[in-house]
Amino acid sequence: MPYRLEVENLNVYFGESHILKDINININNNMVTSLIGPSGCGKSTFIRTLNRMNDTIPTFKKDGTVLLDGKDIYDPNVDVVDLRKKVGMVFQKPNPFPKSIFDNVAYGLGIHGVNDKDIISKKVEESLKAAALWDEVKDKLEMSAMGLSGGQQQRLCIARTIAVEPEVILMDEPCSALDPISTTKIEDLIHKLKNDYTIIIVTHNMQQATRVSKCTAFFLHGEIVESGLTDKLFMEPVDKRTEDYITGRFG
Amino acid sequence: MNRIISPKNSQKIMETIFWASGIFTVFLLILVIGYILVNGLPVINLNFIFGQPIDNGAAGGILPFIISTIYVTFVALVVATPLGVGGAVYLAEYAGENALVKAIRFGSEILASIPSIVFGLFGFAFFVVYLDFGFSVLSGGLTLALMAMPTILRTAEVAIESVPKSYSEGSMALGASKWQTISQVILPAAVPGIITGVILGMARAVEETAAILYTVGAAIQAPVSIFDPGQPLPLHLYTLATEGISMPFAYGTAAVLVILILVITIVTNTLVDRYTKKMMGR
Amino acid sequence: MTEKKEDKFVQWVLFATGISSILIIILIIAFIFREGLPAILQIGFFNFIFGMVWNPDNGIYGVFPMIVGTLLTTLIALLFAVPLSLCCSIFLAEIAPPNMRKILKPTIQGLAGIPSVVYGFFGLVIIVPFMRIHFGGSGFSVLSASLILTVMILPTIISISEDALRSVPYEYNEASLALGATQWQTIKNVIFPAALPGIITAIILGMGRAIGETMAVIMVAGNVVQIPGSIFEPVRTLTSNIALEMGYATGIHYNALFATGIVLLTVIIILLLIANYINYKKRVTIGGGYL
Repeated sequence: MPYRLEVENLNVYFGESHILKDINININNNMVTSLIGPSGCGKSTFIRTLNRMNDTIPTFKKDGTVLLDGKDIYDPNVDVVDLRKKVGMVFQKPNPFPKSIFDNVAYGLGIHGVNDKDIISKKVEESLKAAALWDEVKDKLEMSAMGLSGGQQQRLCIARTIAVEPEVILMDEPCSALDPISTTKIEDLIHKLKNDYTIIIVTHNMQQATRVSKCTAFFLHGEIVESGLTDKLFMEPVDKRTEDYITGRFG
Repeated sequence: MNRIISPKNSQKIMETIFWASGIFTVFLLILVIGYILVNGLPVINLNFIFGQPIDNGAAGGILPFIISTIYVTFVALVVATPLGVGGAVYLAEYAGENALVKAIRFGSEILASIPSIVFGLFGFAFFVVYLDFGFSVLSGGLTLALMAMPTILRTAEVAIESVPKSYSEGSMALGASKWQTISQVILPAAVPGIITGVILGMARAVEETAAILYTVGAAIQAPVSIFDPGQPLPLHLYTLATEGISMPFAYGTAAVLVILILVITIVTNTLVDRYTKKMMGR
Repeated sequence: MTEKKEDKFVQWVLFATGISSILIIILIIAFIFREGLPAILQIGFFNFIFGMVWNPDNGIYGVFPMIVGTLLTTLIALLFAVPLSLCCSIFLAEIAPPNMRKILKPTIQGLAGIPSVVYGFFGLVIIVPFMRIHFGGSGFSVLSASLILTVMILPTIISISEDALRSVPYEYNEASLALGATQWQTIKNVIFPAALPGIITAIILGMGRAIGETMAVIMVAGNVVQIPGSIFEPVRTLTSNIALEMGYATGIHYNALFATGIVLLTVIIILLLIANYINYKKRVTIGGGYL
């Protein structure tokens, strides 16, 4: 099976600082991959490189290649807008728009040219169901999304991402701002979604990585120290630094 | 997807429009200032600045008008600064969030937006007639003070509020009273911001015309006493231009005004710049 | 004085300066009404506001043509200024690279700082002759006044709208881009709607500035008391009316000018109340509930 994402010799700089150093990693299809590591190790920068969100930062520079389905996403002919449609993202802090619940999910459809009202309502319902939020909000779709709880907001953001039918979903510490119950709901959701999507999740919660992901990569000081199957990485780490980190000796 | 214009193309079109509007705005400023300076600078020389006017300003110089401007602006600031800064300290340090504070804020908002000619009406009815100050530097300056006050108040309030809380806590913890803390810790830290506010208020007083139209008089000689009438530069420019006294001198006076305002703006910006840099730790 | 007493004294002084802005407002309103109300009472509210003739020599005082003049010049100025300043504020807040911002910010300050009498002078020597040559008539016209007002209210609308756009959380921007929206789609569908209350406030304050402007308008509008047949005809605004006639008005004429001031003052206070209400509304809706 070909890899969905292949990253080769990726280096990322913000101005003078060298944030990511010689990153090489392949990400499998329809599987959850966790990125773990202490704060400031570059894992968030890394996933923001995968949908080119770093392009919004003026001092961003990179070399190396990132292939999505075999095609370089930084090729000058690639349109960032198309790329971000294929590679969706869920952010650390839930960031619904100050619009109604319905309009939040419908937003992505509108910008991609879907005008048919029936299709939109159907798609909104499907996405909210897929994000396990439908039952909680189906009677108040016109309510402002700002009135939802943090956990509900984050699931709404996932629904919003699913609605544009991405192939890959990037999640940047999606539970770090949430309570334990909401966290469980999101993790259950990730389990459900992995059959249809390739998911990459950044987390500094190691238990979460073991619960949700098949593969894990350990980042430290902008490098990938070790990567592979989650079970193996946690049970029999090869690198001393990985062992120190997962046994809680630092970070 | 049957759209007439694709999202990518509309992005390009709108980006062009936004750039064009930005550049057009810069062009407008250059047009106005450039035109005034190109026509006005050749008129300006030492004689023009320091000379006495001849024939109602058709020849000679504009010294009395410059002196009038400085004089009324000075009176305005002497009155407006304590009121504005005092009000700012009260709002920032003493008042809570209650109906009175809301009323004060709304009052200063109204003061900031009342048409200047209405200030002129009030100045005439109250200072000139009711208090019997006559057409004078005092009447004009006091009217301008009312206009400059809200500017000073708002800028000073922001400056005082941006002084870190830890400063005043540090001082209070040493047993200083509230006023000692304010006068010795908070106000000194806020001084650059307060000065900026005073300069902005000054700019408003220097450029104002309608409010002094019927308060300051229209004397050709420079005022000596505070009860003498004067004729600040904007008023003089208005007279020159609308009564067709001298077009070249109108350009010259306009250029002097524009340069004054530019200098004031640049000084403020430098101050603000230096202040922010200092606050950020150089 | 003991420290405690000194503190009390200072607090009392500061309180007095604090409420001075309220006292000044009350004093201004009181004096304008004191001088203006007799005219309204004598002429009759309806005759004053809706009277079509302003003829002090014969004791007829109707300000309706001036109300129309003020509204007309203001609305046409907004017609030009709103699109231009909204584009410019979006440019500043979202698009302009840092060096372009460094040019634009002082530009806007500069435009705001130019004295209104200088704008009037510029209109008198540039716009009025231009109008005369290209559109006939004297050149002193509604359009000349509107064009000058356009430039004068640009900085107000631009700087307040820019603040409103900038205060939209960056997260909204990111969320929209991550869904594959273009920057323009993001601005149009997310940032602009979120900033709308602030932008409306900006427009209202710009409108207030246009309504209250005196010197620039007086120098280019022609000041004929009439309801203009076209935008190329001269017009007189409420503010100009006061400034033009205060110099020689006596008796009821004098009071009628203060009554004109009452009209202006009322309009400005209503506009401010609307602007405050919109800001209040915004704070309420952001908290949740139905949009």
